[in-house]
Formats: sequence, C-alpha cells, structure tokens
Amino acid sequence: MSDLTAGQAGVARIGDVQAAYMTMTRRKRMYGGVMLVVFIALMVSGFRVADGRNAGGFWDGIGNIFQFPGEVLAEAGEKIANLPGLMWTFLPSLIETINIAAASTLLGAIMAVVLSLLATRGLAKWPRLVGLFRRVMDILRAFPEIVIALVLIFILGGGPVPAMIAIALHTTGALGKLFSEVNENASLKPVEGLRSVGAGWGQRMWLGVIPQVAPNYLSYALLRFEINIRASAILGFVGSGGIGYDLKNAFSWGQGRYDEVAAIFLLLFGTIVFFDQLSGRYRNKMIGGA
Amino acid sequence: MIATADIMPGFDAAAHIRRKRMAALAVPAVILAYFIYIFFAFDIPGLAERARMDNARILVADSYSYKTHVTRDNRVGGVTIAIEGERKGTWPEGTGPDWVTRESEDRTLVALKRGQEVVIDGDVMRYDVPGYGLIETQVSPGGVALSLPQGDVPDWISASSARVDITTDAGRVTVTRARTEVMRYHFGWELFWFTLDSPFHGKSFGELLGLALSGERVVPDRSNLAAMAHDVWNNQMWQHKDVMGAIFETVLMAFLGTMGAGLVALPLAFAAARNFSPLMLVRAAVRRVFDFLRGVDALIWTIILSRAFGPGPLTGALAILVTDTGTFGKLFSEALENVDAREIEGVQSTGAKPLQRYRFGVIPQITPVLLSQLLYYLESNTRSATIIGAITGGGIGLLLTQAIITQKDWEEVSYYIVLILVMVMVMDSVSGWLRRRLIAADDGGH
Repeated sequence: MSDLTAGQAGVARIGDVQAAYMTMTRRKRMYGGVMLVVFIALMVSGFRVADGRNAGGFWDGIGNIFQFPGEVLAEAGEKIANLPGLMWTFLPSLIETINIAAASTLLGAIMAVVLSLLATRGLAKWPRLVGLFRRVMDILRAFPEIVIALVLIFILGGGPVPAMIAIALHTTGALGKLFSEVNENASLKPVEGLRSVGAGWGQRMWLGVIPQVAPNYLSYALLRFEINIRASAILGFVGSGGIGYDLKNAFSWGQGRYDEVAAIFLLLFGTIVFFDQLSGRYRNKMIGGA
Repeated sequence: MIATADIMPGFDAAAHIRRKRMAALAVPAVILAYFIYIFFAFDIPGLAERARMDNARILVADSYSYKTHVTRDNRVGGVTIAIEGERKGTWPEGTGPDWVTRESEDRTLVALKRGQEVVIDGDVMRYDVPGYGLIETQVSPGGVALSLPQGDVPDWISASSARVDITTDAGRVTVTRARTEVMRYHFGWELFWFTLDSPFHGKSFGELLGLALSGERVVPDRSNLAAMAHDVWNNQMWQHKDVMGAIFETVLMAFLGTMGAGLVALPLAFAAARNFSPLMLVRAAVRRVFDFLRGVDALIWTIILSRAFGPGPLTGALAILVTDTGTFGKLFSEALENVDAREIEGVQSTGAKPLQRYRFGVIPQITPVLLSQLLYYLESNTRSATIIGAITGGGIGLLLTQAIITQKDWEEVSYYIVLILVMVMVMDSVSGWLRRRLIAADDGGH
C-alpha cells in the first residue's frame, strides 16, 4: 500500500516536472519567436529606410550592378597587353601601401605591448593607473582611422605619414585590448622569480612575461597586419599616398583609363589574398606550436 | 652542462643559448633597420618643411573658440554683427552683444579683450594698441590709407594700398575698400543650443529650467519645454537634426550590413563545412567565393556598388554585407566543422528528421559562436560604416569629410569626432552587453 502511494506520488512528481519543463520550454520558444519577429521587422524597416535615403533605389540599381565591372572588364580586355606594364608601373604605390601597413602595425604593436602591460592587473608598474590605461586603449580603439588621417592630412599634407600615424593609433588600441587579455593568462611565477633576484620592471616584463606571450602577440599582430593593408588602401583613396590614391585618380578619370583601374584591382586583390593566406598559415603554426 | 649532455645526448646547451641570444638581438636590429628604411622612404626629414603648423594652430584654436565679426559696409554704410561672419549667425538689426556700442548711426565702439577698444567712425578706424600707439586707417575711393605712430610696419600688421590686416592677441581688424571688419574671439562653441532668433538665446541654465517649469508660454502655441526642444532640434548653425540623422544612417549601415551578411553567410557556410557538405567540388567552390568576397575588399565593393546604387546608406550597407559575407562564411564554416557529432546522433536516435536534426542538434551548438561573432563585427562595422560613408557619401562620414574640406568649421569637425567616438563606444558596450546576455541565456540550448 505504502509502496503504491509512493509510486503514485513519484508519477505525479514526474508529471509536475514534465509540465514545468514544457512550460519553460514553451516560454523560451515564445521569447525566441518574439525576438525573431522583432529582428525581421527591424531588418525590413531598416532596409526600407536605407532604400529611401539612398540616391538610387535598390530595385533600380540591382539591374546595373554588373554594368561598371562589365565596362572595366571590357576595356581591360581590349587593352590586355597593357596590363603587365601597368601593374609594373603601380608596383611602387603598392609597396608604399604595404609599407604603411607594416610600419603602422609594428609601431602600434610596440605601443600596444607597453600599454597592455601597464593595463594588466598584477603586471602593471603603477597598479593604480590600470583603469586609466584601459580607458586610453578604449579611446584609441574607438577612433576610426579616417578621422585621424583626414585631420593629419590638413596639417601634414598628403603622403604616407598621416595614414601611418592614424592606423598605428587605432592598432595600438585594438591590439592593446587583445594583448592585455593574453597577459592575464601569463604565469606570474617567472615574474616573481625575477623580482626576487632584484630585476626592475622592464627586466621582469622583457624576460619574464614577453617570452610567454610572444607567440600569441605575433599571431594577433599578423591578423592586424592583414586588416591594416586594407585600411591603408582605403586611406589612400581619401588622400594619403599608396595604391588607393592611384585608384582614385584612375577611377575619377572614368572611361579610357579603366585598364589602369583593372590593373590596380588585380594588384590589390592579389596582395590581400596573399597576405590573408600567409597570415592564416603562420597563425595556425604559431598557435599550434605554442 | 654535463648533466644536460647525459640526459639529452647531442644537445649542446651553450650553443642553444647562444642561438637564443642571437635571436634576441637580431629581432630588434631588424625592426630598427626597417624603421630607418621607412624614415627615408616616407621622407620624414622633408615632412618638417611641408607640415603646416599654422594650420594646426587654426585647427586647435577654432575647435574650442569662435569669433564674432563686427562689419561696417564701407560702400553704403551700416554695421552688421555676425558670429563667424555667417548669415545664420547674424544678430537681428538693433540688437548686439554688450561689448559693441552703437553711439550713432555711423560711429561704433568695439571693446576687445584686455580692455582694448576699436572705434569705427564712418570711413575712419582707430585702434589704440597698448605699448605701441594709435593706429588709424582712412578708407577712400582710392584705397586704404594707414597711419602708424612709428615709421616701420610691424610684422603683425600687413598693409597694402587695398587692404590692411591687424592681428593682436586681443582680436583682429581687417580694412578694405568694401568693408571694415573687427573680430573678437570667445571661448566655447557658439549658439550650440539656441540660435539668435530663438527667444531662449542668452538665457542661463537656471532661467531655462525656470521657464520650462513655469506655465507662462514664450511661444504661444507650444509649451516652453516643447519650444526649447524644437529650437535646439532645428538649430540652423549646428543642424542637430541632420547630424543625428547622419549618425542614425551610419548605425543603420552597420546593422543592416552585419545582420544581412550573417543571414546570407549561414546557409552558405553549411555548404562549405566538411562535415555537412559531402561534395568536395561544392565545398571548394563555396570557399573560393568566400575568399573572393573577402579579397576584393570593402573599398572596391564600395566603388562598384556606388556606381549601381548612387551614394547613400543602402550602398554602404550592401558594401559591408558583401565583404562580411565572405568573412562570416569562413568563420561560420569553421565553427560548423567543430560541432560535436554526438549531439546530432543523440537527436537522430530519438527519430528526428533531418531538419529537426539541424534545428536541435546543430543550431544550439553554434549559436553562441555565431552571435558573438555577429555582435563583435557590429561594433567594428560601425567604424567601417563611418569610413565607407566618407567614400561613398552617406552618414556621419560624409558630414565629417565635408566639414574638413571647407577648412574653417573646425568646431564642427571636433563635434563630429566626439559624436563618432561616443557612437562607437556606445555600440561597443551595447554589443558587449548583448553578447553576455544572449550567450548566458542560451546555455540551455533550446
């Protein structure tokens, strides 16, 4: 008898649990459904607003989407013999673009190493200023490169230097955040060991922390380098040297110099794909080996 | 040393450390050599000559101060007072700031900083500079005559027969045949809240608060608070309405581009993942499409798309969408390749159909990765949308480039920069907050 009641109670309890579980699941699904509806509504209305504020509408433009690439390809096809020569002509600009990216990545990474060490609890030279250095990195990261570049172009004139400084500052903020996350996982034992033999802050960081985190730093810096090549091409387009500047000139000339546009497109595409693959391969190697 | 050799035969510790020490010295040396190359390749020594420090001074001074022009028309007479000399900043006839005194129809006293004063008396301008003496100009149909207390023209005055320019630390005076203009500098951003034609101009915060709370209407058909909001929103000088519209456009570009790319990339990612797409050919083809979309880069997509759609937020959104479809496709397909096959088997063992297997076996596993990537890119794309807007013409990027090209509205440039920073940081914290919320809430997997 007592067994039976216990069994019944057990069944009832399982029923309760099942009912409670089903209501919970149903509620969760309902929330999910509501969020989906809100999301779709946002997408559709956002698209309509963007369409309304655009100079040309989506449905008018979609038919012309291949017109410009078609014109460029047609003209490049006619003058296909020119292409290798043109690519050779634009090679110095391409090297400048890559140099801007490389120099700014290096500069930014060096500043990011220092800033991130100062902004990591347990490693910081001045533990009270950790918050300050974090805010500095947040602000540097929030600056779109173009803002600094345009202001610097006004002061320094055109050329690669404004772009280099602008990208380096943004890189400092972006890498600094990633680096300080890496630093947090570094073991403090070598640092304490070095401290016990009287090493200064610089020596503790250089000999105790950097060897631990260098592979991760390098991997993030390589990824940044690839991003910065794109950024440096874009900044060239708004007035700082490099291949972006040539692209803008060839492009605003219009028909007749589309062979140049095609040559620059090809160079840029090849460079980006090359460094994308390169950084992907070495990043895998470094993280795998570390 | 002996111990190492015993444990690991053939391992020379001394040589190993020597190699490490070499590397430790070689890496900084290579970096240094590269920077020396960059120093000359970018012509940094020549930069000092090309740099326009006067531009930098104008930029800094203009970003936190403004000037008011008191102008006498030397052809027909009459004095106008205008902030930055702009029509929309002109004081209405008969009014003016308290440092300008209209003694008669054609005699005006302008008090500059440090107690200095300029008198415009018809065609004559008198400016007594302390420690130098009285400067007087006389405008006649033949030109501008300048008389100085001492013989030589100092370098802060530039004079010709057609134009005299006097710049002191208290202000600036320009005299030509057409007009005599006195400029006084003030700290701050002028007319940021209310323009001169608003009844609320020149009132202190306390007065405004009092007006907002009191019932007496300044503008008959609106409550005071609504009238204030209307005047700020429709401010002609700073155009808050248009600027906020531009910020909205930029955020819209980032949102539509990122989410659209996620929607397009997800189904394609299944086709590119090894464990979901059995056909090697399909997989390779989809992956090449992703590489192509990413490799062409946002810059070129923007150029191509702006040819088809014209300038505006839609073009920017589509440029982000196309580029990020490549990025998301790669990231999502990597996430899909890492899903745990046992969960799918578990769902299958309960008799689930293929679609249900995806819904309950795969989607819950990849949602956190997916959402966190989407939200991370949403923040980063707000910055890209600013840049793309500057290229294709839309959003705050366009306003910023326009303000910089005019080279005089630096206070507006600094305002836009502050707004962009705030926008990016808000998007950063919103996306971070959402990421934590959604991923924590999704632990159940249903």
